[in-house]
Amino acid sequence: MAGEQSASKKPAVITVNTNWCKGCEICVAFCPKDCLEMEGGKCRVARPDDCIKCMLCELRCPDFAITVE
Amino acid sequence: MFDYLQYVRQENFPHIWCAGCGDGIVLKALIRTMDKLGLSQDETVMVSGIGCSSRTPGYVDINTLHTTHGRAIAFATGVKIANPDLNVIVVTGDGDATAIGGNHFIHAARRNIDLTVLLYNNYIYGMTGGQCSPTTPRGANASTAQHGNLEPAFNISGLAIAAGASFVARGDAYHVKKLETLIGKALQKKGFSLVEVVSPCPTAFGRRNKMASPVKMMEQLRDTVVSVEKWEKMTGEERKGRFRTGILRDIEKPEFTAEYAKLIEKMRPEE
Ligand code: SF4
Ligand code: SF4
Ligand code: SF4
Repeated sequence: MAGEQSASKKPAVITVNTNWCKGCEICVAFCPKDCLEMEGGKCRVARPDDCIKCMLCELRCPDFAITVE
Repeated sequence: MFDYLQYVRQENFPHIWCAGCGDGIVLKALIRTMDKLGLSQDETVMVSGIGCSSRTPGYVDINTLHTTHGRAIAFATGVKIANPDLNVIVVTGDGDATAIGGNHFIHAARRNIDLTVLLYNNYIYGMTGGQCSPTTPRGANASTAQHGNLEPAFNISGLAIAAGASFVARGDAYHVKKLETLIGKALQKKGFSLVEVVSPCPTAFGRRNKMASPVKMMEQLRDTVVSVEKWEKMTGEERKGRFRTGILRDIEKPEFTAEYAKLIEKMRPEE
């Protein structure tokens, strides 16, 4: 579907709620594209352009702190 | 992006659980499943006892009951019998449900009352300081077993099957999509349903057992979990140090509140 295709081509918007993030590193360790890093004990979005929107970071974050759109 | 915020009590966040605790991961899987099944927030009740996982009701915007240690299933039984139309979910842990609450657990399974029990098995008493629970593996360290636990562990799913539960599944906090499927099946089952979720406790268990990092605990789940289908084909040697996840029992049998309703009909005086 054309609509779906254009949606998937849109660059990912990854948002970290640093007030809720506890720095467990789970999202960083299991991102298949190495998009995320740790900085000052919190997750930081380092390479959003490489994101394939697999959603694994959002699914596994124990703190409801990271979202991918 | 999934919108969790409509299901949580945002004012209570950030939640109390430690960095990398599996409890939040499991709660998110439950929320997504409730959403997928279209469970009404007003007609769903969550009941818990005491322990880290039992803090869950404080974070979910449904009807919630935080009760006494080991007694969640007893309170939930009362809720379900009073109003069988409600979806009643029990959130409990290995200590809460299989030590102090062990009798409630086996007898609810035997009675086959329509409750969905999400049992977070993290092998330890987290909240009270890392004491051995009935599922602490033999040889593992705990604050009450500083030279290694001497006791064999309960197989919780096996216990529920033996006691008569109609649905029993085991999942884990790493394989979250599979966990969602298992929780969904448990919620839809009319009868006592258990989902045992093997979930990391990096603080009370991990730190004492060379797995202080949450990532390490998740890697261990990734590397030791085997599907029930694959498990069947493995030799005893290959199964060592691993455990299976998936549906372990799914049978039809009379459900308690349905039987109770029939009895009420039967006893109704004739006009
Ligand atoms: S959605 Fe997948 S690829 Fe994108 S940041 Fe998250 S884990 Fe990495
Ligand atoms: S998984 Fe969540 S809490 Fe953990 S580091 Fe990533 S954003 Fe932070
Ligand atoms: S002590 Fe363990 S189970 Fe309790 S919140 Fe911390 S990590 Fe989770």
